[in-house]
Amino acid sequence: MRHRSVLIALALCVLLATGVPFAAPAPAATMGPVSDPIGVVKIDAGAPIVIASWLVTSGPNGALGTDSQRGIEIAIDDVGGKVLGHAIKLISEDSGCNAEGGQTAATKIAANADVVAAIGSSCSSEAVPGAPILWKAGIVTVSPSNTAPKLTDPMRGPDYDGYLRTAHNDKIQGAVAATFARNVLRKSRAATIHDGSPYAQGLANAFAENFQKMGGTITSQEAISVGDTDMHPVLTRIATGKPDMIFYPIFVAEGGFITRQAKDVSGLAGVTLFGADGLFTPDFLKAAGDSAQGMYWSSPDLTPEALGPRYAQDFLVKYKKKYGETPTAAFHPHAYDAAMIVFAAIRKVARAQGGALYIGRKALRDALFATRNFKGLTGTITCNQYGDCADPHIAVYQSVSADPAKWNPGVDPKKVYPMGKP
Amino acid sequence: MRPRKLIKRFSFIDVFLWTFRLAVIAIVVVGSIATLAGGRYTGRQWLDFVEFGLAQGGIYALIALGYTMVYGVLNMINFAHGEVFMSGAYTAYFIAVPLGTSGFLARHLLVGLLTILLVAMATSTGVAVLVERVAYRPLRRAPRLVPLITAIGASFFLQYTFRGLYGAGIHSYPDIAALSGDWALGSFHILRTQAIVLLGAVVMMLLLYAVVMRTKIGKAMRAVAEDRDAAALMGINVDGIILFTFALGGAMAGAAGVLYALVFKQVHFFMGFVPGIKAFTSAVLGGIGNIPGAMLGGLFLGIVESVGPALFLDGLGIRAPYQLRDVIGFTMLLIMLIFRPQGILGERLAAKRA
Repeated sequence: MRHRSVLIALALCVLLATGVPFAAPAPAATMGPVSDPIGVVKIDAGAPIVIASWLVTSGPNGALGTDSQRGIEIAIDDVGGKVLGHAIKLISEDSGCNAEGGQTAATKIAANADVVAAIGSSCSSEAVPGAPILWKAGIVTVSPSNTAPKLTDPMRGPDYDGYLRTAHNDKIQGAVAATFARNVLRKSRAATIHDGSPYAQGLANAFAENFQKMGGTITSQEAISVGDTDMHPVLTRIATGKPDMIFYPIFVAEGGFITRQAKDVSGLAGVTLFGADGLFTPDFLKAAGDSAQGMYWSSPDLTPEALGPRYAQDFLVKYKKKYGETPTAAFHPHAYDAAMIVFAAIRKVARAQGGALYIGRKALRDALFATRNFKGLTGTITCNQYGDCADPHIAVYQSVSADPAKWNPGVDPKKVYPMGKP
Repeated sequence: MRPRKLIKRFSFIDVFLWTFRLAVIAIVVVGSIATLAGGRYTGRQWLDFVEFGLAQGGIYALIALGYTMVYGVLNMINFAHGEVFMSGAYTAYFIAVPLGTSGFLARHLLVGLLTILLVAMATSTGVAVLVERVAYRPLRRAPRLVPLITAIGASFFLQYTFRGLYGAGIHSYPDIAALSGDWALGSFHILRTQAIVLLGAVVMMLLLYAVVMRTKIGKAMRAVAEDRDAAALMGINVDGIILFTFALGGAMAGAAGVLYALVFKQVHFFMGFVPGIKAFTSAVLGGIGNIPGAMLGGLFLGIVESVGPALFLDGLGIRAPYQLRDVIGFTMLLIMLIFRPQGILGERLAAKRA
């Protein structure tokens, strides 16, 4: 008797393992004037066009997602709150900057058949499970701040066919950071710390490769886990390699701990601290306090010289007026551009009939991937076949006062590279 | 015994467990020897590792005391205890910041710190008592699983209540100039914050031990832990004693919260989750229900987390050992649960030496 139940259990496990799909993919459909191999969304007369955002809006990295969310909201305001006569409805999910949160948020959005397109995620760790879930439901997603190279890698697989991003690819950021460290700061020994997430690992590796190619030595490549608080042991280990600088492209909480605790560790006196765009927020200065003084960040270039008057005089003014503070992270213009290209693609593929709007999902996806020379806030948006749409301008900043109340990208922290033409 | 009978006595599970035991011992021994032979770390750095571990362990120990006392008295794991820790630290933040920016902390360090400590302990005690009264008392006679699930629910409730009250962002305690830098005793250096944390933790633990072992109410606690009904028959107010146990555990967690905030500075609504789990692990390691066990377990876990990756994994050539630091801690828990489930010091809160 017992053997039988074991056999049944085993059979069930095998079935599950072969991936019997529990959610059938949206079938090829024809609705109204539109025929689409993946599915069609019908928006009735007077009904809103539903756009979903899945960004991290709580926890230590909440500033990143909130800032992107605000970029989307300003984009909606700028198009008058409507596309093709239908109001735009933005539904938001909090994705928590980890794989579980990304999966939950994507599953919730995918279950909503009214969603036309999604904007997100904030952290690359969310997109790795989340983007395939959305694409299985036919929802295309444009990320404003994912930068991990593996998400737009040619080998990424068909699960990510519905994924694009307006943020830069970290291969570029790693190269800029390494160039600055080696050629401007003249550092010869560097240590890197990542936190196991796709973003941090990708960027730390990109930095290490470029640094070594330029003749520098990587003394050690360490890793911590998200949620770790005591960084003294890992910093002590790094100190045994006697580096000149530590590059830690991680997130706010762990970055704050490392910055504070680096001076406690003997052997790391005088070591330059170098963070990346995950730390480029005043919340990080709150977490790290005075120990962040003099440290460097690599991050998208948000100065007026790089982005022009449309950003500095138009967008920033609107942002400050609507939210009462200067932007709290680095990806609001990318989020604005993501929303704008989504609206442009909807305008291109939607067909009206009898007051209702019909949007083919595959057509929408193809239109987004076909975006060429779109004049966005961050530059000229042109999407390649793997989803990289960005016109990247990466700058290196240095902190001046480490006071979160004085946060003003370009001024405090000041931009130190590249100087001259953007 | 004849070979056939011998083989029959050892099932597959036994063989597997023995292999597991040997594998872990091999990793530990080989790794340690290789690291020490490699000579990558100086003696001073090993001492640093132990120091960092003791400071971290002191915090775990204080939180673990709450878990262990509640288990001893009620036979349930209070999973909401991590949030009790968070509530103290987070609420005291709102006192610490004005004290810090107005310069009060700089001028009257001891008074300032004691104020912060008092606020944190009061909040944590209040939260712990509230949770007991509202969530656990009605379930006193329910089957064991029910209070466990309630505890998890209470944990979520507290996290998101504090998120609602204080916001979802991250906040930092003010830097205290008098506490930065280190103290040197001859050639032995210790960071000031860590020294305070260690000292504070030890003092609180000794106080708790004194209360539990030497006072009448402590005796009542031990009686309730040993046999609740018999204690009631002896005229002990069981409800009151259980409330007192939760309050005591909450106060310890509040103190741990302030000490944690002094070293790590960052507070946010989710900060209690991981220390709560680590403290629970420490309590189990040391012997759940056993107060000295919780203290020992906490310090032990702290040291193993700090020294372990460097000592065991470095020698084996693993490139980024600190990513596996949680693996070491939880593997130790696993081994303890398999081979000595009563923990290092054994289980009972009230067990007297015969």
